[in-house]
Amino acid sequence: MKILVVDDEADVQPLFIQRFRKEIKNNEIEFTFAQSGEEALNVLHEAHSEIVLILSDINMPGMSGLELLTHIRHDFHNPPPPPVVMMITAYGDEENHRQAMENGADDFLTKPLDFSLLKEKLKTFGE
Amino acid sequence: MNVFYFLAAFLLVRRLVKRYKFTSLFPKWQGMFKTATWILPVVYVANAIWLDNYEAFSDILGAGMLFGMLWYIDNEPDFVTQKPYLQANYPLVAVGVINGLTLFIAESFHDKHENYFQFATLAAFVWIFGKWATSNKQDEALRIAAERKAELEALVNARTAELVKQKENLQDIVEELKATQDQLIQSEKMASLGELTAGIAHEIQNPLNFVNNFSEVSMELIDEMAEELEKGDKDEAMAIAADIKQNLEKIRHHGQRADGIVKGMLQHSRASSTTKEPTDINKLADEYLRLSYHGLRAKDKSFNAHLETHLAPDLPMANLVPQDVGRVLLNLFNNAFYAVQQKHKALGGDFKPTVEVSTSAPPPAKGAAPMLVITVKDNGTGIPDDIKEKIMQPFFTTKPTGEGTGLGLSLSYDIVVKAHGGKLDIESKEGEYTIFTIRLPLK
Repeated sequence: MKILVVDDEADVQPLFIQRFRKEIKNNEIEFTFAQSGEEALNVLHEAHSEIVLILSDINMPGMSGLELLTHIRHDFHNPPPPPVVMMITAYGDEENHRQAMENGADDFLTKPLDFSLLKEKLKTFGE
Repeated sequence: MNVFYFLAAFLLVRRLVKRYKFTSLFPKWQGMFKTATWILPVVYVANAIWLDNYEAFSDILGAGMLFGMLWYIDNEPDFVTQKPYLQANYPLVAVGVINGLTLFIAESFHDKHENYFQFATLAAFVWIFGKWATSNKQDEALRIAAERKAELEALVNARTAELVKQKENLQDIVEELKATQDQLIQSEKMASLGELTAGIAHEIQNPLNFVNNFSEVSMELIDEMAEELEKGDKDEAMAIAADIKQNLEKIRHHGQRADGIVKGMLQHSRASSTTKEPTDINKLADEYLRLSYHGLRAKDKSFNAHLETHLAPDLPMANLVPQDVGRVLLNLFNNAFYAVQQKHKALGGDFKPTVEVSTSAPPPAKGAAPMLVITVKDNGTGIPDDIKEKIMQPFFTTKPTGEGTGLGLSLSYDIVVKAHGGKLDIESKEGEYTIFTIRLPLK
């Protein structure tokens, strides 16, 4: 399962790699990272069929996570299974939640990330 | 004819009495005046009785007595103001002496020209009398002038007292205003700190998340490392150990990041410090741009902007008060974000809000001091020409009541121009863009 993680903080990358150390080692999960919405779209254009799940921060300079979500929902609905998108934000408020869901997000997570919860969710989506 | 000498002497005494009656000198001379007032008629009567037949002797005695009095008074410093009147008496003395002497030496000559002698005596006396009258008039004029002067002086004193009181009042008011101004500056700082709070919370939350996550994951890694060691896989254990070390570095890095943000916040809220220190302006600009952006986003979550930074990499350290220049930058960034946000609200989706900060140290013109240039550019609503002049004025704001203090730019101007000897320039086109340029001397 290939997952794209979008966050403007570079240190998110080693964190995910370590948190999912076992899964990566067992070839259960593979991670790709993007540091902005624009970069994420580029990655998707090149290899969108491989990416099953996208985890994106909402609060980023430039293109926000919500804009990215809209782009994904408009530009990448075929071929068949569209990627699962989970939004992450530091402001876990209703407004962001509502907007994310309206724009077609599959799930909503708040920072600080609860990795065991995320792993549970990934398992459900992975099945 | 000797009656005139006594009359002149008598008038002299009366005059002195009149002039000095209400002065502090009167008690000292009162006795003398009294004695003279009754002695003079007595001497005159005695003279008239016993010396009636010795006219020459009587004349010289009268003139001598008058002269003696004049001489005495003339030499008394207390009566120095009466000199002009005294001098009017000397012709009579002279006439008296000449009269007496001529009687002694050439009585027949005197008798022959007695009319002339009598006329001279009379003229000398009239002279004194005239002097008496005119000097009385003069004295009256002087007295009126003195009264007027005293009145004016009293008036001037009253006015002066009033003015001094007014000046003291104004000084009090100025003091009060100064205190109010200080309070305003402080509350402006606090207000901008309030706007920052959400941005700061976001900026602190991120590093704290990393600290928590990396320490948690490191604990897991240590368990794994122990497992690998038990299994005897030393290479894998070493790899995990390297990861743990890397994580600890990350923890330290993010801890310091949070520390820096808190320190910056404390610096910002602290009452004015004016210590200039070498400052990395790029770091300052970047930090405040992010804080300002996150502050705005915390209030309006649908808002997004492109942040562009063009920071000259080899910028020399500038000697300035970091928290003050930080406040200037924060103000300019807040205004820039506000302008693009307003335009975004008006235009909607197609508009791409952009806030740009650039730093540079251009080579100085010949003879000019090297300057550091910071520009803050936004593609927001712009500033209409008719308010361009006013925006640096205190309390001028275009924001709705309660949203802006109107002090941001005026304080920024004070900090850049007055405190740092720099320049703050505006360039703007309504509906298109605004560029603020800060020039600060490097040394």
